[in-house]
Amino acid sequence: MKDLFRGELVRLTLVEPETGAKASLLWQRDSEFHRLLDNNPARSNSEKKIKEWFEKEAESGFKPERFAFSVRTLADDRYIGFLSVWVDLIHSEAWVGLGIGVREDWSKGYGTDMMRLCQQYVFSELCLERLSLGLFEYNSRALRSYEKCGFRPEGRTRNDTLREGKRYDSLWMGILREEWLQMQDGGVK
Amino acid sequence: MKDIYTGKFVRLSAFDPEEMSKAWSRWYRNSEYVRLLNSSARPMLSPKAELKWMEEEVSEMTPGGYFFAIRTLADDTLIGELVLDVVDWGGRDAFVGLSIGETEYWNKGYGTDVMNILLRFAFAEVNLKRVSLGVFEYNPRAIRSYEKAGFRHEGRLRHLLRREGRRWDNLYMGILREEWLELDHD
Amino acid sequence: MLDIQTQLFDSQDIRLGPIDHEKDAEIESKWTHDSEFMRLMDTNPARPLSAAMIRKQYEKLEKKVEEDKNLFHFMIRLQADERLIGKAAIQWIEWSNGNGFLRLGIGSAEDRRKGYGTQALQMLLRFAFAELNLFRVSAIVPEYNEGAIALLHRFGFVQEVCRRSALERDGRRWDLYVFGLLRDEWQNGARAEEER
Repeated sequence: MKDLFRGELVRLTLVEPETGAKASLLWQRDSEFHRLLDNNPARSNSEKKIKEWFEKEAESGFKPERFAFSVRTLADDRYIGFLSVWVDLIHSEAWVGLGIGVREDWSKGYGTDMMRLCQQYVFSELCLERLSLGLFEYNSRALRSYEKCGFRPEGRTRNDTLREGKRYDSLWMGILREEWLQMQDGGVK
Repeated sequence: MKDIYTGKFVRLSAFDPEEMSKAWSRWYRNSEYVRLLNSSARPMLSPKAELKWMEEEVSEMTPGGYFFAIRTLADDTLIGELVLDVVDWGGRDAFVGLSIGETEYWNKGYGTDVMNILLRFAFAEVNLKRVSLGVFEYNPRAIRSYEKAGFRHEGRLRHLLRREGRRWDNLYMGILREEWLELDHD
Repeated sequence: MLDIQTQLFDSQDIRLGPIDHEKDAEIESKWTHDSEFMRLMDTNPARPLSAAMIRKQYEKLEKKVEEDKNLFHFMIRLQADERLIGKAAIQWIEWSNGNGFLRLGIGSAEDRRKGYGTQALQMLLRFAFAELNLFRVSAIVPEYNEGAIALLHRFGFVQEVCRRSALERDGRRWDLYVFGLLRDEWQNGARAEEER
């Protein structure tokens, strides 16, 4: 049986409130990181507040609707980002959100590796039918990565993000189970 | 979108803790009902005591738990209750529990009707892959009803139950989505 | 000058208004016992609810409206006899982006096909664009809800996203559409209505 949590460059591991909070505190200083991830206004949260949020999540225990991972590099075990999965149990669909906190770690293939691990988890372990995600049209790096992973564009909600006085679209993407399976057969693991 | 609450004789309706706690207390005075439903002795509780646990459980409304009251189509009488409890999202399997508290409605096909509605709800609305149930060896009426609804015998916990100086088995039955699809539906 | 006399909440046959905690729960409870309505209105599994449970939901709803400040909820009643016929909301409002999502349902089948949905949507959009100052309004609709899709098209909504096989019901998978209407599109549509 494959190791579901180990990719080519990164591994998925558990969320640790202390480490997670310290990292989040650092990452939130980079407003570009925030703006690529979220179209809500950027905030400056205290470490205390962030840690409380992490601890509350940890306390809520196992919920079949939610899977949260920390991501570490295989090379030097560095904590570089997060991967979050929300499951719609009734319709067998999941939503994924991921982030890599430090810009020096961008464009290194980590995101694509994380997404591939996520797809494998969602389709062969959770046995779901569909994986969805959204991104902002100005996040071309993410778009390239997701296309490489086989996500199909499903449309754009027009002008739903207003930033620096300009309006941007959100792109919606999805991959179906059959499509992922086909990629497995034809592609290189 | 099709109706999924209505059968031939009954319909699924809201499980209202106020109403159900009173009905429950009344049904639990019938020891035959109690013994068919519960594996071990269960005390008779007042409506107020029944109400408390009901309110907590029913108000949760998670994707894994569904509570229904069963009412007759003829005159809206409350005759029983039905619970669907998803135990495993990986296997998409849920346990069903149903009981008809009003004994005049026993042996009239009402149980099978309820089960047919339930299976349609389980497979066409909650999108499950299988439905399971447990039933006592000494409840042949229920066993026959479940067999008619399409459930197959899957195993038994031997001598789980003790009553009237004897030991009895607890039977497990299950139906798969593919099997349900093959049945003749109206 | 501000057209302050044109009513936001009154139309020819219906009006938008608050929850009547005493009377509305019974009626809404009946709607939840109509699985066809529930399956059009909500992607979650249909659940019949008692009036008591609906009342609890009303309390949670009003608390949410007050605390989250990103939700406006309306009950829809007939002008003629104050009868509750439906409900509507602008939800998931993002103030910094000027977005909101629309929800609208006419509870009982006999009350549909009478133009009430059209009047309700007209008032909701005016509220969203001219009072909340939103820039866009979105709606999420399953492909099987032809009535809702037709209504949205009539108001100029554009189908922007097709989430393929996102829903499962009655043993098959369905697409889920996301529709959007921008403020200028609404304004042009409204002007066209007035000129008619």
